[in-house]
Amino acid sequence: MPQDVADLIAAAQDGDRGAFDELVRRTYADTYTLAYRLTGNEEDARDVAQEAYLRAYRAIKRFRGDAQFSTWLYRITANCAATHLGRRSRHRHDVLDDSAPVADPRTDHDPQLRADASDLRNRLARALDDLPPRLRAVVVLRDVYDLSHEAIAAELGISESAAKVRLHRARNKLREQLFARRDGRDAGTSRAV
Amino acid sequence: MRCEELSPELSQVADGSVRLGRNQRRHVERCLHCQAELVQHRKLLRALRSMRTEVLEPAPGLLADILAGLEGAGERHAVRSLLSGRRIAYLGGLAAATAAGAVGAVVFTSRTRRARLAG
Repeated sequence: MPQDVADLIAAAQDGDRGAFDELVRRTYADTYTLAYRLTGNEEDARDVAQEAYLRAYRAIKRFRGDAQFSTWLYRITANCAATHLGRRSRHRHDVLDDSAPVADPRTDHDPQLRADASDLRNRLARALDDLPPRLRAVVVLRDVYDLSHEAIAAELGISESAAKVRLHRARNKLREQLFARRDGRDAGTSRAV
Repeated sequence: MRCEELSPELSQVADGSVRLGRNQRRHVERCLHCQAELVQHRKLLRALRSMRTEVLEPAPGLLADILAGLEGAGERHAVRSLLSGRRIAYLGGLAAATAAGAVGAVVFTSRTRRARLAG
């Protein structure tokens, strides 16, 4: 069994299931983390992670190595999450409202409680949970996982300009929630200089 | 220049995707409101980027579920390949039989003509 990721990918592309399983072992926690951040709950994150690996397995021969394997997997995961959330919103009326928070009530899987991070990072995790899913997806993929606008647009099924608009709105909402309210400042205050 | 005009640009300035023009820079240098907003965007981006290194621990059983799903998908793929292979063999046999029938018909017809001509 090869140890290097590139060798594992090559072996998996030649049909070595054991090599693909090893790639799964090395990456599944990372994939689950992204899925959790995109969906906001453990159950959906598990479904998305499983579906992502099935799609990756079927498509591994088409992976050309232009991007890192992790980036390729992030794109598949983002696409699966978009499909999953879209399907769920068609079947459940309670999640049709984008403004509804999707925070997981179970604290043992709450990202902000798991993170050994600063107060800002804890508040950020809560603010991300409060974002509408379509805004959260863009800001997580762009600012946390560093995917390009083009890749985000492709995987979420939106235009690049829509991705940029959503990113702008998401960042402003996060900033207002993290700083403006805390500072007691009026976000609309401005002056001409 | 008013802060509202500049506000949409500030998050992109913070991530380095946009550079301010001279007038915009002069505004920010003199405007505490815009400076504060820019600092907030930078703090936000740093915090978001730092999340990249956080990995949540999945609930037990996820890895086993993923591998089991792949196993099932692999078996289904193998069955489909087998059926596909059999289908090809079946179609190949059918084509060979059709070709043999056609050759036989041609030979039979030519022999019948020769017999008529000889008679």
